[in-house]
Amino acid sequence: MTVSKSLPHDTAREHVTGTARYVDDIPTPAGTLHLAFGQSPVANGKLTSMDLKDVTSAPGVVAVITAQDLPFANDVSPSAHDEPLLADGSVHYVGQPVFLVVADSHLNARKAARLAKISIEEVTPILTIEDALAADSRFEDGPRIYGKGDVDEALKDAPHQVSGSINIGGQEHFYLEGQAAMALPGETGVTIQSSTQHPTEIQHKVAEALGCPFHEVVVEVRRMGGGFGGKESQGNALAVACAIAARATGRACKMRYDRDDDFVITGKRHDCRVDYTVGFDDVGRIVGVDFTQYFRCGWAQDLSLPVADRAMLHADNAYDLPHARITSHRLKTNTQSATAFRGFGGPQGVLGIERVMDHVAHHLGLDPAAVRGINFYASGGSISGQRKVGTTPYGMPVTDSISQELSDALLTSSDYSTRRRAVAEWNAQNEIFKKGIAFSPVKFGISFTLTQLNQAGALVQIYSDGSVLINHGGTEMGQGLFQKVAQVAASTLGVPRDVIRPSATATDKVPNTSATAASSGSDLNGMAVRNACETLIARLRDLLGDPDAIFENGQVTSKGETQTFAELAQTAWAARVSLSATGFYATPDIAWDRIKGEGRPFFYFAYGACVSEVVIDTLTGEYRTLRTDILHDCGTSLNPALDIGQIEGGYVQGAGWLTTEELVWDDTGRLRTHAPSTYKIPACADRPDIFNVSLWDAPNTVDTIYRSKAVGEPPFMHGIATFLALSDAVAACGPTYPNLQAPATTEEVFRAIGRART
Amino acid sequence: MDISFGLNGETVTASVNSGTETLLDFLRETQGLKGTKEGCNEGDCGACSVIMTGPDGTPKAVNSCILMLPQIQGRSIRTVEGISGPDGALHPVQTAMIDYHGSQCGFCTPGFITTMAAAHSNGDTDHDTALAGNLCRCTGYAPIVRAAQSAQDEPIPDWMAQNPISPTPLRSDGAIFCPTSADELADWYRDHPDATLVAGATDVGLWVTKSLANLSPIAFLNHIKDLGDIQDKGDHLRVGATVTIAQLMQAIKPLHDSLHSMFTRYGSPQVRNSATIGGNIANGSPIGDGPPALIALGATLHLRHGATRRDLALEDFFVEYGRQDRLPGEFVEGISIPKDMQNLRCYKLSKRFDQDISAVCGCFWVDQKDGIVTQARLAFGGMAGTPKRASGAEEILNANPLSPETMRRAAQALADDFTPMSDQRASADYRLQAAQGMLVRYGNDLAGADTDIRKVAP
Repeated sequence: MTVSKSLPHDTAREHVTGTARYVDDIPTPAGTLHLAFGQSPVANGKLTSMDLKDVTSAPGVVAVITAQDLPFANDVSPSAHDEPLLADGSVHYVGQPVFLVVADSHLNARKAARLAKISIEEVTPILTIEDALAADSRFEDGPRIYGKGDVDEALKDAPHQVSGSINIGGQEHFYLEGQAAMALPGETGVTIQSSTQHPTEIQHKVAEALGCPFHEVVVEVRRMGGGFGGKESQGNALAVACAIAARATGRACKMRYDRDDDFVITGKRHDCRVDYTVGFDDVGRIVGVDFTQYFRCGWAQDLSLPVADRAMLHADNAYDLPHARITSHRLKTNTQSATAFRGFGGPQGVLGIERVMDHVAHHLGLDPAAVRGINFYASGGSISGQRKVGTTPYGMPVTDSISQELSDALLTSSDYSTRRRAVAEWNAQNEIFKKGIAFSPVKFGISFTLTQLNQAGALVQIYSDGSVLINHGGTEMGQGLFQKVAQVAASTLGVPRDVIRPSATATDKVPNTSATAASSGSDLNGMAVRNACETLIARLRDLLGDPDAIFENGQVTSKGETQTFAELAQTAWAARVSLSATGFYATPDIAWDRIKGEGRPFFYFAYGACVSEVVIDTLTGEYRTLRTDILHDCGTSLNPALDIGQIEGGYVQGAGWLTTEELVWDDTGRLRTHAPSTYKIPACADRPDIFNVSLWDAPNTVDTIYRSKAVGEPPFMHGIATFLALSDAVAACGPTYPNLQAPATTEEVFRAIGRART
Repeated sequence: MDISFGLNGETVTASVNSGTETLLDFLRETQGLKGTKEGCNEGDCGACSVIMTGPDGTPKAVNSCILMLPQIQGRSIRTVEGISGPDGALHPVQTAMIDYHGSQCGFCTPGFITTMAAAHSNGDTDHDTALAGNLCRCTGYAPIVRAAQSAQDEPIPDWMAQNPISPTPLRSDGAIFCPTSADELADWYRDHPDATLVAGATDVGLWVTKSLANLSPIAFLNHIKDLGDIQDKGDHLRVGATVTIAQLMQAIKPLHDSLHSMFTRYGSPQVRNSATIGGNIANGSPIGDGPPALIALGATLHLRHGATRRDLALEDFFVEYGRQDRLPGEFVEGISIPKDMQNLRCYKLSKRFDQDISAVCGCFWVDQKDGIVTQARLAFGGMAGTPKRASGAEEILNANPLSPETMRRAAQALADDFTPMSDQRASADYRLQAAQGMLVRYGNDLAGADTDIRKVAP
């Protein structure tokens, strides 16, 4: 069966030969125009006047568009309709699009966009968490609070208690392909090519901007050059701008952000602060924990509410907390509107509790892996079957926990205990270089927390030569979704993989799709495609008059006779049997009330664990990751090679978030790290010297596509182990808990060494 | 003007107006070769990497986004479209990247393929260093390195050798000046002191792609023969201004291992293949990594204005932030680097280990007799508005025993030598304390301790 084979990415050959097309590579019609935004130079204020004469008269400029010129909706928000395409009367962050230049070349558009004279009556911006709290600048009326038990009582009675706080930095997506879109005006409506994870939302926003029904807008996405959540909503502005300009000029219009503009204009991972107070017993068993999460959401709501919700839903990570309270503030600031990023708030929530575990272990002088182990949710399996199934702080029983088994296996395979002793010996003998080792688990909830999004559609067509075209609502951003789903189709139809061709995601083939997000791509679309394939198989079996006909390896065997799949397709066509079918899937059994914080938001959990070892140079705070071992649960993998790719890549991206990737805003709200020269994602040599990744091989307990598990986001959190290893190394420098903050840049590690020594 | 160069084995012509048109735009917009990608437009991500072969016949990875067309006259370019054979046969690095799952989103992949193919052609198996200038956000690099390792022993395909090279220099045209000798440049620049001189364009390129500047008049120095060589003068090397960092690295490897080692973290291979030592000095940046090392070595700078030449100690060239001791129309002709300088150590501190701009760069040299310091040169980048020596710390070393203890005392004195600034790379406090840490490290290093974190094993 094609499923479970380690096939390469479906367009790997196109990647390596440079023939894979991204939006900016698609041949353009003659006369295509190029767009650029003029941007706000200040973080907060009222627009008093805009002198655009020099922009209009700049070489190559065809049109300049402001908010007043927009015919219909001026909104590119994915949620609260609070995000104008072009600033209307006021500006809310440095970089906000204020006007739109339409020119004959990308360069001329960029040059002209800098020539405006914009007058703004400045207002003191709200930039930091503290600013926002002082001004009570927030989304929603007040904090959201989820919890269970009686935390205050539990803390009062706890044998030990510690409190602390961790600042957690944001993260720029740094997809290698920047945001890009192109609009081709049609007789009616418009066709959009967009680098987006959410073609349907692009369709909706463009239709609203053009004042037309959704059916007049077609959005197509063959692939993205990376998404990571950064193309869930952030592509709206470019696509809408292109549509507006195409409508105004009658010509094809293309827009792509220069990298610096991409940094300055678009949203990033939410930075936040997590305060905690935890009570625990002598062996580190937690009796109660009180979290307060402060999320800096930026100027518009975007996806901040579900992001902050997910942080709350992951404040327990893999641990059964008898009493817990999670208070979440969603703060509105004059900065880029923070948005989706791999993990969608989950990583911040997980880092909060992992920090607590680290702090507890340090306080008690215990092995942090042991402290974690005794707090795990009881296993669904046999090992800790004597403990009863735990319940999350939001009331969902955790019936599928494998944290204990998986962690035991990893701690053994990575030789954790021996190496932990070796690290201690090294540290006793070395003054300058200190080593650290850490273990961290992840339990990640799979499903969109907005329940209605957990649906997917598919279109599968068998042609009369037996070739098969599949289409579904999921988008390909490098994760290998198209290959996995094609493998599902091949397995279901019993044909070789090369008979199947996945086609570009398009809103006129499969309507009303959800974003490819929340790690859900193969879970949802794999099921929808299988459903369509099963419909087709049923029709073919009907034709054969044989409900037991066997479809295998491109052959169909029925009543003792075998023919090729292609022959049967030809026969079916001649017999006037429809060879085109839609498929559909809706995730069962989930229900969630985000206001009450109760229900079953997730269909299941994905698990994993990581052990990481680092060395730091106490003279400068420099460090290297020496070794990382990961064991990760993908259920029954649809494609082990692609899954391992997600795990390796997710880990490195997660480690980057917590180490070298530092976003710095100055006190006027200007982002100072707006290019790869100043914002440092991991480079080749930053991966661990020794890097072992294995899959936990066991089927999902719930009925997912071939019992596989989602893999996009969960491995991102393995980077936390590297952060904790740095904390462990720093802790070897002195008696005090180092209180390491994120990202742990060389400077932060250096400062933490100073704190440890006090 | 028109330029001609080799492109995937054929000779092509390109018309040039301002002189600042980039190779990347030419490939994508004029030639329709969309395989080469724009990732950052500033030479920091490697998505636009192509292979350039020049007169020395060695294929080198370069960033096409900040390579201006006049720079490639007569050279040969190979893009991702030219890495597979004319009949579509894959290059071994392409096959390996498929087999080892080295691409996910695929956008960085063409840049990786060209960089890997260049390294493959040169027999370079230090993959981490060869790939330091290519960013990938999906894979975490492990499968890419596995692919590079698996392909490294495969034969180089025949078609990779078809790189037409022409010795014809560009003819100057209007405000675009293309001298072929230092004499020509000297006369012209004396008469056009406001002109921009372009050698590697790894910095000037960003004035074009990011500041959107108009650089006219402009001179391209890459066809000047007598600025591009390294001469062994017995006790020193005389290095021409347009010698690239990559070329300089080869020359200094047997002489100054620590400097060579630091230079493996200078930009990326793509940047080092283009950037020149003259440019690194002349642009006067307080955070360039070349000057602190060359100051510690006591290098002498050779300046020229028309027919007039003068020499000065490199450290005296840097007057204050944004100002150098250079007359209008005067240019850096070369630099003399002493050869026999034991004890040089170069330490670079940056947020990311590879391809990052230093927060602090410390380069130190001491001489001693019978264990007593007779001379010390402690130079720092990132600690002041210019690359600068730590005179107070040097004072403490002089005439004292060369020991970790003395070095620790010298480190304390840095607090009086420097008042560094805070920016997005590092705070002032940290810069000072890390600089002090570097001096302590230097003391330990000279005393025989292991001080290189890269050598710590798991």
